[in-house]
Amino acid sequence: MPAISISGLNKHYARVHALDNIDLTVEQGEFFGLLGPNGAGKSTLINILAGLTRFDSGRVSVLGHDVVTAYRRTRRLLGVVPQELTYDPFFNVREVLRIQSGYFGLQKNDAWIDELMAALMLTDKAEANMRALSGGMKRRVMIAQALVHRPEVVVLDEPTAGVDVELRKSLWDFIRRLHREGHTIVLTTHYLEEAEALCDRIAILNLGRLVALDTKKALLARGIGRTRRVCITTEQPLGPLPGNLAEKVRRQEGNQLELQLDKSADSVIAVLDVLRAHGAVIIDLNMEGADLEDVFVELTRRQKV
Amino acid sequence: MNLIGLYTLFYKEVLRFGKVLLQTLIAPVITAMLYLVVFGHVFEGRVQAFPGVSYTVFLIPGLMMMSVIQNAFANSSSSLIQSKVTGNIMFMMLTPLSHFEFFLAYVLASVVRGVLVGVGVFLAALVFTEAPVKHPGFILLFMFLSSATLGAIGVMVGVWAEKFDQIAGFQNFIILPLSFLSGVFYSIHSLPEFWQTLSHFNPFFYMIDGFRYGFFGISDIAPARSLGIVTLFLAVLTGVTLALLKSGYKLRD
Repeated sequence: MPAISISGLNKHYARVHALDNIDLTVEQGEFFGLLGPNGAGKSTLINILAGLTRFDSGRVSVLGHDVVTAYRRTRRLLGVVPQELTYDPFFNVREVLRIQSGYFGLQKNDAWIDELMAALMLTDKAEANMRALSGGMKRRVMIAQALVHRPEVVVLDEPTAGVDVELRKSLWDFIRRLHREGHTIVLTTHYLEEAEALCDRIAILNLGRLVALDTKKALLARGIGRTRRVCITTEQPLGPLPGNLAEKVRRQEGNQLELQLDKSADSVIAVLDVLRAHGAVIIDLNMEGADLEDVFVELTRRQKV
Repeated sequence: MNLIGLYTLFYKEVLRFGKVLLQTLIAPVITAMLYLVVFGHVFEGRVQAFPGVSYTVFLIPGLMMMSVIQNAFANSSSSLIQSKVTGNIMFMMLTPLSHFEFFLAYVLASVVRGVLVGVGVFLAALVFTEAPVKHPGFILLFMFLSSATLGAIGVMVGVWAEKFDQIAGFQNFIILPLSFLSGVFYSIHSLPEFWQTLSHFNPFFYMIDGFRYGFFGISDIAPARSLGIVTLFLAVLTGVTLALLKSGYKLRD
């Protein structure tokens, strides 16, 4: 039985088709990545799963239970960490976690709450009011809230957004631990390196449509076969580039230029010649295979066209 | 039924107002005492609302019920709007609480605050004067029904509102005038006929009149009629609010 099963899912907001006939299955024990640019429909999909958003048509189930008709069951099976940083200013960390446990019908849950706080490095803040916590600590409390009822499927909506590098790493370690312990993990993220480092299988959403659904390896192979990334450092920052080259730019910052070239159609020598003709003095050159970002850019750009 | 979940939300709501007792309990009692002292001093001996009842004593049930009404409304509405504005309501929406449990927990917490404020006003008033208690059952029943009704209105308004301003508007332009014009400070028999008739369209009038009957054994209209109307009003509001919550209006888009 899949951890999450979505079929024929449609959702409109006024005239916007936020989710367009989505079919998606996440197996038990998977580490699944949900990627997409802003407005792609990732959060809408997660909110539907969590019962926060209604949908127009389709069927969504968690471990075989329908999220609409068996919502009590599915909400017990799901632990969702929302994207927005939210907290209740009236309570301290322990109170927040005890209250969250109670909502799920759990009264004597202190042993697990203590374990969660220890794992998330919150023990010394147990009696601190939520208002007194830093943003990173509030984020950790939100993760503890989502796990307080020991859900089998954990959904993290951009858990590391706005989090510093050190905390991000500790959150990665914690999420990996949850996965090792048998939880199914669904992660949405803007950080493609995060998906690349953590996820086994990845779905890419764009403009409400599922544009890719495959293993990370297979997705990377799509890009590696066709494109290469060329990083160029010039002596002076470059001005605007000519049209045919500008459309291949993936990033341009100061004297650093990153291009995505089609292996069969674009010649690196020809690109360098264009840049030299444009007055650039090239001091360094690097060429790499595609990463997840190449695949992502390629797939989302193709749909726009 | 998720009884532990229901109890937890109720407990959380009581704990929430318990953490700010100065604002939620002490301040309304002091406000009511100011009304009692000032209005009692000015009108004592000049106004006879009920035969054989001094004006200051007449005021006590009215002020109690006015405080119950305002605080029961404030409890559910302000808690909900705060949770919505800060966004933490989401963690409640992710749980297996049903819309009925959600509603009941908020209403019962409003009842607790309403009753505590009402009893607080009564006890504080005893410092200044004595008050008869003819039918304690009526007093308790009306206090429960009225605070539950205002708790339900608070849930409805809290779900509808998107900012604190809208809650304050509802409180100042609907709850406050209706409670002032419901017979807190006078018997409606002292009003011209037009205003008497109009008062019968104010649901708060029945809350105060039936409640007052519990103290004095006298009321402007039959207490059973007040009881029936207040119960009906609560039932209708409960139905409407439950339908609103079930539809996910402004909570689940």
